[in-house]
Amino acid sequence: MNGDPLVIGGRTLGSRLLLGSGGFRHPDLLAASITAAGADLVTVAVRRVDRAPGGILEAITAAGARVLPNTAGCVTAREAVGTARLAREAFATDWVKLEVIGDRRTLLPDAVELLAAAETLASGGFTVLAYTTDDPVLGARLEGVGCAAVMPLGSPIGSGGGIRNPRAIGMMRESVTVPLVLDAGIGTASDAALAMELGCDAVLAATAVAGSREPERMARALAGAVSAGREALRAGRPPRREHAQASTSPDGIPEWA
Amino acid sequence: MVVVNGVERTLPGGATLADVAAGLGVAPGEPGVAAAVDGDVVPRAAWPGVALTDGARIEVVRAAAGG
Repeated sequence: MNGDPLVIGGRTLGSRLLLGSGGFRHPDLLAASITAAGADLVTVAVRRVDRAPGGILEAITAAGARVLPNTAGCVTAREAVGTARLAREAFATDWVKLEVIGDRRTLLPDAVELLAAAETLASGGFTVLAYTTDDPVLGARLEGVGCAAVMPLGSPIGSGGGIRNPRAIGMMRESVTVPLVLDAGIGTASDAALAMELGCDAVLAATAVAGSREPERMARALAGAVSAGREALRAGRPPRREHAQASTSPDGIPEWA
Repeated sequence: MVVVNGVERTLPGGATLADVAAGLGVAPGEPGVAAAVDGDVVPRAAWPGVALTDGARIEVVRAAAGG
């Protein structure tokens, strides 16, 4: 990150790898994974106290990361805005990862409700990171209503399907000027590297880490992949060619008569 | 009668939002907890002064693993 900082909403983040806190078998595994990932931001959901055992916040802050509340599970703009306001009070942050889900089976975002919630929250002083489909037009609209970052999915939440439409992510990079964070679908290190090579500024991983056999090791692998992908993007890939191209000219080749 | 986190409850007269949160197991000073009454978020410091009227809908939340 030295000399190549990621800035979202005016704040410099310590890492281009964000972690989700869901699905870990034990809070200690989450804490170890945060450390291994070097993650600066870790998402949490907001739930009624009788359904949330507590302790997750302590695990995250003890590992030196900050909490990024989300609106996971919300299906309307009204729910998402209410949840974001509760999160702002609970965690003393105006940052929110905005999720407004339109379909329980695919967990794909509801574009209409998402845009409405994003506009309300951004104009109300929130720093909104919007989870969205890989739609370049919607991405631009989300930026237009004031989102601080746009978070396109690679494939559905928890699917580990990688980046199903790399060209759409590439087009989003052209249509969105605020930071782009690939969110959902990361299954392993190569997916994270590809996201960065496509021009994403950061990657959020959850199930890829929590659901792996060794979460701490996977967190480290993803951090390396994010870093490698970012460096490769900055270095600039040579153009692809249909046919072979010798790197040495045939001029001067010795003859064997 | 009020509704606390989706469950109907009968509270003693004069019960406040602080009383409801304590009844849900929220420790005094526990970080990362927030509450809303009838859709409006109530700052933590104001909980002891919020008397709950009949029919009030109360939500008390904290962080959960997710996302």
